[in-house]
Amino acid sequence: MKNRIFLLFVLFLSIGLFLAACGGATEDNNAGTEGNGDNASENEEASSDYQVAMVTDEGGVDDKSFNQSAWEGIQGWGEELGLSKGEGFDYAQSDEKADYMPNITRFVRDEYDLVFGVGFKLKEDLQSAAEQFPDTNFALVDEVIDAPNAVSILFKEHEGSFLVGVAAAMKTKTNNVGFVGGIDSPLIKKFESGFIAGVKSVNPDIEVDVQYAESFTDSAKGKLIATNMYDSGVDVIYHAAGGTGNGVFNQAKDIKQNDSDREIWVIGVDRDQHDEGQIGEHNVTLTSMVKRVDVAVQDVINRGINGEFPEGEQIEYGIEENGISVATTNEEAMTEEIISAVEDWQEKILNGEVEVPQTMDELEAFVDSL
Amino acid sequence: MISNNKMFGILVPIISVLLGLIAGAIIMLGSGHNPIRGYVALWNGAFGDGYTLGETIRRTTPLILTGLAVAFAFKTGLFNIGAEGQVIIGWLAAVWVGLVIDAPMIIHLPLSVLAGAIAGGLWGFLPGILKAKLGVHEVIVTIMMNYIALFTTNEIIRSVLTDGKTTTESIPQTASLASAWLQGLTLYSRVHYGILIALFAAFLMWFIIERTTYGYELKAVGFNQHASNYSGMNVSKNIILSMVIAGAFAGLAGAMEGLGTYGSISVMSGFTNLGFDGIAVALLGSNHAFGIVIAALLFGALKEGAGEMPTTAGVPTELVDIIIALIIFFVASSYMIRWAILRFKKEEK
Repeated sequence: MKNRIFLLFVLFLSIGLFLAACGGATEDNNAGTEGNGDNASENEEASSDYQVAMVTDEGGVDDKSFNQSAWEGIQGWGEELGLSKGEGFDYAQSDEKADYMPNITRFVRDEYDLVFGVGFKLKEDLQSAAEQFPDTNFALVDEVIDAPNAVSILFKEHEGSFLVGVAAAMKTKTNNVGFVGGIDSPLIKKFESGFIAGVKSVNPDIEVDVQYAESFTDSAKGKLIATNMYDSGVDVIYHAAGGTGNGVFNQAKDIKQNDSDREIWVIGVDRDQHDEGQIGEHNVTLTSMVKRVDVAVQDVINRGINGEFPEGEQIEYGIEENGISVATTNEEAMTEEIISAVEDWQEKILNGEVEVPQTMDELEAFVDSL
Repeated sequence: MISNNKMFGILVPIISVLLGLIAGAIIMLGSGHNPIRGYVALWNGAFGDGYTLGETIRRTTPLILTGLAVAFAFKTGLFNIGAEGQVIIGWLAAVWVGLVIDAPMIIHLPLSVLAGAIAGGLWGFLPGILKAKLGVHEVIVTIMMNYIALFTTNEIIRSVLTDGKTTTESIPQTASLASAWLQGLTLYSRVHYGILIALFAAFLMWFIIERTTYGYELKAVGFNQHASNYSGMNVSKNIILSMVIAGAFAGLAGAMEGLGTYGSISVMSGFTNLGFDGIAVALLGSNHAFGIVIAALLFGALKEGAGEMPTTAGVPTELVDIIIALIIFFVASSYMIRWAILRFKKEEK
């Protein structure tokens, strides 16, 4: 018995020793990084004292979609001023809903001047943070936040979706197009109704197959939905599903690789997803509904620095404000004919001739009136 | 010998956590980050001031309950993988009652909490009765029930509780576990009275298992079904009872989130992970009520503190995930450590 206790004691001690050894080795390192830290903070003081941070939703900062776009906007702004990540601007990744609030609060306590919440899922948490911390400015992308120290950044996604719908309708040969949504929500319904309206405006006989993945991060589900759609004769899929959409691209590329003559297309969302569609010499990305979150983010930051933070406002970025555009990177697929049709409809939207529906009810009325 | 066993139960988890921390430190060293700064950030992120302390307790609360849910079923030899679904259903039921019923706090709050527990219990009852009567393995049923819970809840939020929205209204004050007093103490963290319920549930589990005939029977069924049957115990009743109580614990965890932390329920794009983390918590806590409270605190602290590591210690988020996963890995592989110590001891003799 005594022997056993002694043995456990020895084991414990040896682990302690191991730990201590580990600790010892890092001392020098520590001094080194601290020195670096000092330098960096001096730099920072010299350039600007306005600090900006963003909190992602579960998609993460490399979602190839709007989180990434927002981060690129902040990075672009920071690098112009010679700042670096952690010194002047930073991001915090949220792995689950429970992370939103601590991430937001951390930036507030680290005295950031402006905190962006990216994605409609942060609405409730950012709202309560805005009420709790009246001295910090907040900005929410994609949803409405109601507080005097916060601004809502919205996009006219329905208009962009309408235009890519026109492109899809011109491109389809099977008269069958698909829409893959992330989570069934008012925001994604805006994409869906705009897209369907665009398709039906060109040809009311085209069928639109609509599927929701119930996730913005599940690319396996995206691939599964795309498989079913392409098998059932759909040849153009528009996705508004963040990371789930990567699965749509993967499936389209798989099909294209096995049968390079088959004409199938994906329409990207948020960023120009031209690179996602590249497979050998082919590219399956027809176009992308580009939502310039980066432009909007930089716009808000710049207004904030100049002391003109749009307090309590809802700013809506559309085609006019350079917030929404249709990518024409894939020159082979986007023929002159398609581009000119898209431009015609864009003109009609801009001069008010066409009122693009934003909800399913408005869509119904729109389709009936065709 | 008994005292030795007890010591073993305490020592193995401690060594697991230490090994996990060491492995994490090696990874940080290998990738050019300072492990001491990293762990200091982790500590400050979890216990640094009132706010983080409050948030750590908030995160710990549901983990205690899901840990209990897994451990309780395990005492009867059942693997409750369905804590996740039971959490979601409990969350939904608690918020639903919170929204629909209008009553003074003294009735409204207990009713909402109870609704969560009952809904979770029901979600445990189904796999329980399938196992008891038809011998369907509970692991498969509970995993499937998780998905049923997730997608049914999403649909109910969208079409019943709201009009196509993704988040319900906030529950009225009379159903809320949130406390202005506790929030004031902790610099407006979201800590709520749920922690008291969780601690009471831990006590309740200890009491049922260790001090009542029911508990004795549940354990006996877990050790040997046939022997229990032979000695006159009703095996199927015990299996069902165990799953129902386990489900009720997990349902309570959901009620904590719904009534305490968020005050609403949102469409979920994936699992909350509370139930799955509960499995690790139960393992680390050696399925013992007190151990589970400690293990849940460790998990809560790791998850809360991890957020601080990228911002103050410059450790990238992805690396933080790896370090946390390593700690959990060593915790989960405590069997290996147990075996190593036993082996070591034998040779000594």
